[in-house]
Amino acid sequence: MMGGYGDVKLLNDDGTRLDGRTVDEMRPVEIKAGILPAAQGSAWVKHGLNVAVVAVYGPMEAHPRKIQRQDRAVLDVRYNMAPFSTSDRIRPGFNRRSREISKVTAEALESVVLLERYPRSKIRVEIEILAAEAGTRCVGITAASVALADAGIPMRDMVVGIASGKIQDTVVLDLDKAEDNYGQADLPMGICPNTGELVFLQMDGDLSIEEYNLATEYNYKAAAEIHEIMVAALKARYDGGEA
Amino acid sequence: MSQGQNGAELRLVTPGSAIGPVSGRRVGTGALIQGDDIIATRVGHVRERHGTVSVDPVASCYMPRSGDLVIGTVIEARSNLWFLDINGPFQALLPMSLAPWKVEFGGTRDHADINDSLLMRVQEVDEVQNVVATMKGIGLRRLAEGAVLTIDVQHIDTLRAEGAALLKRLRDLSDCRLVLADNGRLWADGDAAGIDWLRALLRAVAAAGRSDRFEAILEAHAANAPNQGDA
Repeated sequence: MMGGYGDVKLLNDDGTRLDGRTVDEMRPVEIKAGILPAAQGSAWVKHGLNVAVVAVYGPMEAHPRKIQRQDRAVLDVRYNMAPFSTSDRIRPGFNRRSREISKVTAEALESVVLLERYPRSKIRVEIEILAAEAGTRCVGITAASVALADAGIPMRDMVVGIASGKIQDTVVLDLDKAEDNYGQADLPMGICPNTGELVFLQMDGDLSIEEYNLATEYNYKAAAEIHEIMVAALKARYDGGEA
Repeated sequence: MSQGQNGAELRLVTPGSAIGPVSGRRVGTGALIQGDDIIATRVGHVRERHGTVSVDPVASCYMPRSGDLVIGTVIEARSNLWFLDINGPFQALLPMSLAPWKVEFGGTRDHADINDSLLMRVQEVDEVQNVVATMKGIGLRRLAEGAVLTIDVQHIDTLRAEGAALLKRLRDLSDCRLVLADNGRLWADGDAAGIDWLRALLRAVAAAGRSDRFEAILEAHAANAPNQGDA
């Protein structure tokens, strides 16, 4: 079970959440592409109070040579939370959590990036979380997809990261910090909006089959909305459209 | 929305977005077939020519092909060969047998040292992207003067279009000798003012990210160009 504080009130009497959202309403999302001139591709994503910046470098020669794959590129993803991203200072550098998130993010992105186009090379994806408020791995995946597209890396689809969960026996979309800490379950997913493929799934806590199906439905609906914002950000970068 | 050369609207697509049904059409670069649909694999503008649908990417990296003229930077010199960065995913290898100099074994650094820029041609690219370069050919040499600037690969066709009209205008305005390589590198030799002007222009073009804005950005910078002659 998550949190462990089952008596914390997370829903108002009228069924809305503490921040006023309905159960199937996500936090506001803003995305910008191409914000870092030194990187081949980059993106800035603000999802609620989460802020992530992603830079993509490469494809480049993979070093050390022992990591090279003769038939495909290697996706080198590094997820890192800035020391000032949370209320308690985080010790700089990588830890077990960041290594785990780097690994699962790389596996999600490998499902869509056409790595076979660049044998023996490496694509570096640097995910930096500047502000954290629950759901940073999802924000990182979304931002990494935009940055990869901005870098011109060929992909079958973009991946949208989004999570649903359960609070007070109610399934809700896009948990905020309090809901994440004191809720009963968390279900982050990586969804390809065009094909509907699920390329990333984790679950923390317990959900019944009905609750899982409802949470998945919420995630797919939110993924479609976020995907529109991702496309708009890329169009604003290259076509002068609205972000 | 941007306009194509024939006035038709260019359609910007993103990875995964459907371009249209296959219906007998072939698929070119930047697209692939998924089920019955052609989908984009890159951010770019859709182009359909002679029954082939492709996506002209707005950002891409250099992929070496045999015969390409490239400017490489020496990153490693061994006893009998050099490794060069050619602005792509793969390093190029220049064996001393394909260098224009008489090189003694162990004396490679006497001719081209680390960070030197060399104008070369790609001799061979094998199936796992091993790139072998050669400097045996007319005009291929070590670039001892001038500056090597970077230009996004997708702008190269724009510069070379219509008899390299834009490239000639760049040369006239900057008053520099220019060599445009296929790997997104531009060698400029001239006064510092001309090179600085070129650098600022290419930075603005890179920020815009689109090839069809190159000419407009060039015109905007033309007033500051060091050579305002009859060009």
